[in-house]
Amino acid sequence: MPVSAGNSKLVYDALLDAGVEVVTALPETWLVHLVRLAEDDPGVTLIRLAKEEEGVGISTGAHLAGKRSALLMQNHGFLQSVNGIVSCAQLYKIPLLMLISDRGHLGERDPWQTEGGKVTRRVLDALGIVFDELGHPDAVASQVAKAMTLAQSSLSPVALLLTRDLMWEEPA
Amino acid sequence: MRRIDCLESIYDRLADCVVVTIMGAVAVELYSLGHRPNFFYLEHAMGLASSVGLGVAVADPDRKVVVIDGDGSVLMNLGGLTTLARYAPPNLAHLIFDNESLLSVGGFPTATATGSDLTGLARAAGIANATTVTELTDFTAAAEAAIAADGLSLVTAKVEAVGPASFHMDLHLLENRFEFARALRPDSRPRGTPAGAGDRPDPTSVAPPTGVERPPAP
Repeated sequence: MPVSAGNSKLVYDALLDAGVEVVTALPETWLVHLVRLAEDDPGVTLIRLAKEEEGVGISTGAHLAGKRSALLMQNHGFLQSVNGIVSCAQLYKIPLLMLISDRGHLGERDPWQTEGGKVTRRVLDALGIVFDELGHPDAVASQVAKAMTLAQSSLSPVALLLTRDLMWEEPA
Repeated sequence: MRRIDCLESIYDRLADCVVVTIMGAVAVELYSLGHRPNFFYLEHAMGLASSVGLGVAVADPDRKVVVIDGDGSVLMNLGGLTTLARYAPPNLAHLIFDNESLLSVGGFPTATATGSDLTGLARAAGIANATTVTELTDFTAAAEAAIAADGLSLVTAKVEAVGPASFHMDLHLLENRFEFARALRPDSRPRGTPAGAGDRPDPTSVAPPTGVERPPAP
């Protein structure tokens, strides 16, 4: 599978460096390595979700109990979670770090991903969520650290888009 | 059976738990019995109280978490029952008041009014320790057992569709949120001390301030 194991590990290590102890996830193709890394890590609690919005609630509870967390999901899972993000994370000032696989953007071959891809950035913008793209391996550690810093200082959701350039290695 | 009587019957038992409730009548009725810093009322995000409780439970396994839910909210997050069952935090008790209606928003019937069985759904999701009660004494016993249990437990309490006269709470949701997070801090109290004990300081636990001159005893 041409999902980048090396870059997934970079992202995962950056999450650990940012103090993440609870990871919630709804697996999708681009997230397989990240989810497995969390699964194999005895120092991290991984919670696989039935639906992404649950992860917003779980991150809220973890934060209130003093633990840092990250929510891993596809952009369609983000779209699914909008009410939870607004009515739980934003209403209650929760530092929710979201790592969102950026499906349906440039280079996407799957027709079913493309409608969500068109609106992901605009929905993030409409919600007032600060976001950045993780595109270059060299910048991942710094970007994840800064995203967590902003989430914690602003007590707000912050999103990092896992781009195709970072996550996908085209077969030779 | 009325929800307020159920809540009153376990109110003292909730003092040393972490409590997460849904919005509306459940929150207002618990609040009316006396607010404590270890009570968090999720005033919106319908359905997510059980997920918030799961997050607290995995982040702080040393404390008992009691989620006080309602039929409308559980029906909005049925998938969450499968997630609870999957991770089954031993320190989580899930209490559901089922009045078969969306009481706080006009009283329209929910699917439990036409036969959907929340305890049956929970069992089928994998929560083996799940029970339904219809009498107050049974509720008190089942809820206390769920709170005492070293395992995920769920109680569905069939209650009358009656609620408080007023939904006013003199507690802003952010005040509640920050107070609750402070109450959950490890350094806010010694382990093993009831979470609600902050309301009534134990004089024996208060060390005299150091470096302060005290007048000699008369």
